[in-house]
Amino acid sequence: MSSDNKLDVAPPYTAVARHGVSPVPSHDEVARFDFLANFNKFLSGALGPGNKLAYDSRVLPKFKKEQGREPKDRFEIRHAMNADPFHQFWSALKRNSMEMRQQNGRAIVLRQIEELNAKARQYNEGRDTLELDPEITIPRYQSAVDIHCMPGSYHGEEYPGDISTGANYDSGLFATTAGGLGALSDGGGQALVEWIKKTRPGWQPRRVLDIGCTIGHNIVPLALAFPECEIIAIDTAAPVLRYAHARAQSLGATNIRFVQANAEDLSRWEDGSFDWVQTTMFLHETSGKALPKILSEGYRVLADDGLMLHLEQPEYHDGMPLFEQFLRDWDAFNNNEPFWSSMHALDMKEEMVAAGFDRGELFETGVRAVVDREIFPEAPTGEDEDHGRAAYWHAYGAWKNSNVVQEAAE
Amino acid sequence: MSDAAFDWMAAANKKAKGKRPEYFDTPQDERMLSILMAVVGEVSVLRERMDTVERLLDAKGTISRDDIESYVPDKDAAYERGVMIREYIYRVMRGPHQMVEELKQAEPPVEEVSRELKEI
Repeated sequence: MSSDNKLDVAPPYTAVARHGVSPVPSHDEVARFDFLANFNKFLSGALGPGNKLAYDSRVLPKFKKEQGREPKDRFEIRHAMNADPFHQFWSALKRNSMEMRQQNGRAIVLRQIEELNAKARQYNEGRDTLELDPEITIPRYQSAVDIHCMPGSYHGEEYPGDISTGANYDSGLFATTAGGLGALSDGGGQALVEWIKKTRPGWQPRRVLDIGCTIGHNIVPLALAFPECEIIAIDTAAPVLRYAHARAQSLGATNIRFVQANAEDLSRWEDGSFDWVQTTMFLHETSGKALPKILSEGYRVLADDGLMLHLEQPEYHDGMPLFEQFLRDWDAFNNNEPFWSSMHALDMKEEMVAAGFDRGELFETGVRAVVDREIFPEAPTGEDEDHGRAAYWHAYGAWKNSNVVQEAAE
Repeated sequence: MSDAAFDWMAAANKKAKGKRPEYFDTPQDERMLSILMAVVGEVSVLRERMDTVERLLDAKGTISRDDIESYVPDKDAAYERGVMIREYIYRVMRGPHQMVEELKQAEPPVEEVSRELKEI
């Protein structure tokens, strides 16, 4: 069979690369993730288009007949669609797929939690590149619900000091994205590296701040691409930081210091002390009050001519059809992402200006996951996009005071 | 750690904090689907295990449990197994999948067709 007429199937979980703290799956645990990866492809590819068909053929006509007008926002569409039998069934299947992914991932990890904790200790103990702070409290926007239906969220522990949360998050990314993020689920981080090398060839940032790093999967590629650079990766949750540090060390990324800190208060770092401040799919997991504080603190610690970059899903601008906004909102209401809907309705340009940037310094761009296409699938976009999780991001960025710096140089 | 064994099976089932959305009219229906989907997944797991055993027997004639646990499909086998899982999913998801077709083309009830056929 030639390569161009193959069916769209997910790669096997055995193709995922292992690192020093990877859980070791049994044959059947691999098979569970193989099923889920292919099932998620089925849900978004074969079944997903039924949502638009149900909307066009019966939900919208019924709404117009009852209300005498078009829906005015994505919330009205959601309420109408939630009463439709096709959308109910599709949503129920998708929710079950998420819950099964969590159960399957936790079962792999918790069965061998003592071995995994011991492996992590070998990489963590006595290293000054892991800095935990028991004084850091988990903010309400992280603790109100378990994000992604992930029991315990990012900060849960089965034993004091364990890494189960990080190991579960890491292993299950494969099933959720059907391999779309590549062998180490680091397609986002690799995309960052490719983007910066193209955008500013030869640039050597001296110091980078990664906010909301979770398991560090998106910062390791950057650390390996810029081995001379000092990288500070922060998160509020200790369990993911312990895992992230061990994972990074085992992959040879020893220039990342993982620090337990809340990005709303970066007072321990001086003004202008970073060349690059960034987040990857993090801002939608904060809150309406935290987001501006984080941007403002990020602006303060960013050096002149430094880069701020946020990878996110595209905002719900006026040109985006309301039905698409509704579909993109699915995770907000069905996958425990309470800030998702409000965050994507924000005008990020306004938020960046409020944080201190000059409007002329702002830019937007697209960043696609970079993975090994021989083994892992092309990121789905367009019709088949798995709204909310597709391996393609919108990037909001700014070069701080770049105009002033340039004028001074001239 | 206490003396009692850590019950990782119970811990793996922990519920995520946050009220679960309701999709159907009764909570029983929600739970029946969650049981059914778990079984659907487990049948796929059994099929994959059987496929591993068959491939190993083809290649080696006799096998051990270790052979099964450590089996890693090569690229061709991985694709064939992906197709096997996909085919299985399409088979068990026939009902929901046909809902998409129904949405594409509205068809009259057979009663109506039956009445029409009497006349032609």
